[in-house]
Amino acid sequence: MELFRIKKDIPFMSYGRLTTAISLITFILAVFFLSTKGLNYGVDFTGGTVMEVNYPQTANIESIRKAVDGIGLKDATVQNFGTSHDVLIRLPLKKEMSIAQLSETVAKALQAADPKAEVRRVESVGSQVGEELYENGGLALLLVCIGIMAYLAVRFEWRFAVAAIIANMHDVVIILGFFAFFQWEFNLTVLAAILAVLGYSVNESVVVFDRVRENFRKMRKANVIQVIDNAITRTMSRTVITHLMTQTMVGSMLLFGGEVLHNFALALTIGILFGIYSSVLVACPIAMWLGVNRANLIGDVEKKDTSKEAAEATP
Amino acid sequence: MNRYPTWKYIFIAVVILIGLLFTIPNFYGESPAVQISPAKATLKANPELLKKVEATLQLANIKFNGIFLDASGVKVRFESPDEQLKAKDKLIANLGKDYTVALNLLSQTPNWLLNIGAKPMYLGLDLRGGVHFLLQVDMKAALDKAAESSVGDFRTALRREKINYFGISRDSQKVEVKFETEAELEKARKILSKDYPDLTYNSAKNDKEHMLIATIGDATKLKIQEFALKQNLQTLHNRINELGVAEPIVQQQGFDRIVVQLPGVQDTAKAKEILGRTATLEIRMVDEDKKDIATLEAAEKGQVPFGDELYKDREGRPILVKKNVVLTGDRITDAGPGVNQQTGGAVVNVTLDGRGAGIFKNVTRDNVGKRMAILLIEKNSTEVITAPVINEEIGGGHVQISGMDSAQEATDISLLLRAGALAAPMEIIEERTVGPSMGEENIKRGVHSTLWGFAAIAAMMIIYYMVFGGVSVLALGVNLLLLVAVLSMLQATLTLPGLAAIALALGMAIDANVLINERVREELRNGNTPQASIHAGYDRAFDTIIDSNVTTLIAGLALFMFGTGPIKGFAVVHVLGILTSMFSAVLVSRAIVNLIYGYRRKLTKLSIGQIYRPD
Repeated sequence: MELFRIKKDIPFMSYGRLTTAISLITFILAVFFLSTKGLNYGVDFTGGTVMEVNYPQTANIESIRKAVDGIGLKDATVQNFGTSHDVLIRLPLKKEMSIAQLSETVAKALQAADPKAEVRRVESVGSQVGEELYENGGLALLLVCIGIMAYLAVRFEWRFAVAAIIANMHDVVIILGFFAFFQWEFNLTVLAAILAVLGYSVNESVVVFDRVRENFRKMRKANVIQVIDNAITRTMSRTVITHLMTQTMVGSMLLFGGEVLHNFALALTIGILFGIYSSVLVACPIAMWLGVNRANLIGDVEKKDTSKEAAEATP
Repeated sequence: MNRYPTWKYIFIAVVILIGLLFTIPNFYGESPAVQISPAKATLKANPELLKKVEATLQLANIKFNGIFLDASGVKVRFESPDEQLKAKDKLIANLGKDYTVALNLLSQTPNWLLNIGAKPMYLGLDLRGGVHFLLQVDMKAALDKAAESSVGDFRTALRREKINYFGISRDSQKVEVKFETEAELEKARKILSKDYPDLTYNSAKNDKEHMLIATIGDATKLKIQEFALKQNLQTLHNRINELGVAEPIVQQQGFDRIVVQLPGVQDTAKAKEILGRTATLEIRMVDEDKKDIATLEAAEKGQVPFGDELYKDREGRPILVKKNVVLTGDRITDAGPGVNQQTGGAVVNVTLDGRGAGIFKNVTRDNVGKRMAILLIEKNSTEVITAPVINEEIGGGHVQISGMDSAQEATDISLLLRAGALAAPMEIIEERTVGPSMGEENIKRGVHSTLWGFAAIAAMMIIYYMVFGGVSVLALGVNLLLLVAVLSMLQATLTLPGLAAIALALGMAIDANVLINERVREELRNGNTPQASIHAGYDRAFDTIIDSNVTTLIAGLALFMFGTGPIKGFAVVHVLGILTSMFSAVLVSRAIVNLIYGYRRKLTKLSIGQIYRPD
């Protein structure tokens, strides 16, 4: 089977304006939702308590809410989660009660209301821990960006590094935009997913850039646009197949992973879909506009080039 | 040209074999077990203990499947949880409180595998159930306490040297001593700075008095904080031993935090209470001169006499207690619940160490007929448990504390006292509890995601790339095998995000094989011979694979550095997955392709799916 039967190179670069416009619009929308709605941070970042309670029968949300209200926790939210037997209770931080006492008091109240209630999971995070996680998350993101840029700048050229990082940050912002728009919970595992996506979709740009460099060497007469178009066309089959495979795995996580992995898989899905688009159709035009050309690429790989050709001549 | 030298095949085969060996233990189930370990440092787990345990079980007629001794203690395996529980009760009754008896689950991995160090993966709390606490040590309180103890020291020293002073007071971590004359201040400074060189001394003066101000130096502060953390770690260790938890983790994190992980603990309320309680005992004298009702009433309104502190006893009656501490909980070597012979009430029997016994003897001798207050100090609350009249001098260091509400309370307080005091109060700032059924469910979810995802990828790869797809799937299988083997080998903690990372690693690792297969197709499309296409395909794809893996690796390492808890679990697997995928996608898949095609002289066609040639 061969899915991609392409006769001529697709003139991707001539769509530059269109793809950039699409990117800009989604990007601006994402920023808009991020600033107006904001992220729905989980307890990992805000501090607070989440309790997952299981009932052998269908859980009676009203009576649970009453039980929680009864101990003076009016600002708690109670909702079904997964099945009708499972209930998720969120409690904000309380000044007068330590987080350890808080979950204990709630568990007691629930069991008093219905002795069959089983607390299956408790996550309590104090305010200082939340702040630190927030800070560390930001630092990790920054470090990933710097690390990847440095690597790409050494391995390719600074123009590629800048283009790749812009393309991928644009992915990150769009994922965040989705989380803001739908008010999905943003927790530590989602952050992990975003960082993983960052590393993963840079792959994409790397594969295309690799081709661009190779083409500059081979297609002596072609201009920059032709070189890039050819590189994208040639790697398109691989791009789509790879993403299809990875998405299959992520889809399996969405199906079987349960609630804990749900948002993680969701973040990955958005990341993968936009990753295909941005790492190719955003990164390449940016690299082009930054002025990537044969001279600044080959100059930097000249030595490697000769040794490689020598190796290829002798197998 | 598409042949590996023999050593390379052997190398790959050996790696896969080792991978298999280390993966196998994960497939043996777990059986209920009991773990017996010494509760005191002076006791050792030795063959004698093993014999004792064996004899106890045989006497009680409890069947067991195996018994063995390792570094942490004696472990006994049972057929069913019923026998396990029966054995636990019997062993606790027989061995007494010198040993901790904990329920545990032991892998059924056969001994020959254990002997080469092959163990199943170490599951995190979210997969096996249990509690995770992060405790913050209140360092300010530790420093305050140190300053408070210098107040007592100063008083003793100045009295000994017969230096006159107005008074000593403490303002957080500053101790102020007031004198009438400059000369006395200088004399005091000389003596104190000699006896307590860790403090920094300054003097100040106002119209009425001369003040000597002692502050704790920075180096000393660090020392105090370090000590407080160590002491708290030790105390937590002791307390957890008393709880009877198999494989607990008590670790320092940062300079003022402690992580406690208790796998399999279900009664979190009890665990929290025992850990969170910062109870320490103090023995002080009741101020017998100020026990009239008028003074007590005034004190309740805020006019506490100088040198005294106001507390309430168990009946809620106010009582004025001297600030000066006679003894603290540090001097306690043992404590146990008991019953008072005469009254039948619950008591705590306390044994003091040599120095404590000496002090106690002197104090009781000098204060016959007066009351002595026993204070239980917990975070934010201090209570006078009892304030008995001293009838006679008490020597030998054995003290009985009455005034307990119930036998249960006597047991709890003894445990707290026995396990030692915390050097500084602690607060739980993070708690994660996962019930055991949830843990099992999480494992199921992770495993199902991985397996179904793998199956789907395998089907698509084989349909699209035929034999080469099959080779890719084999390589991916080897990747999974090696990843699990490495995780088992390193005994890195596997969490649910870690399981997700395994799935994701496979989903991403296939990229390398897709790259290779596409390259080979392209070479064929360009009209190269099959053998040359394989060679060039693998060669050209290799650079790209390295580049793309390095960027993923950078992201993984950043996650590892800044991540905590679940994120770290994800990062470890993510990074390891990238490393194993490089081996399997490049070396293993090439080896298989070489074995299939490399030895055919007249190879005219590769089974890599249909190749489209634009005309």
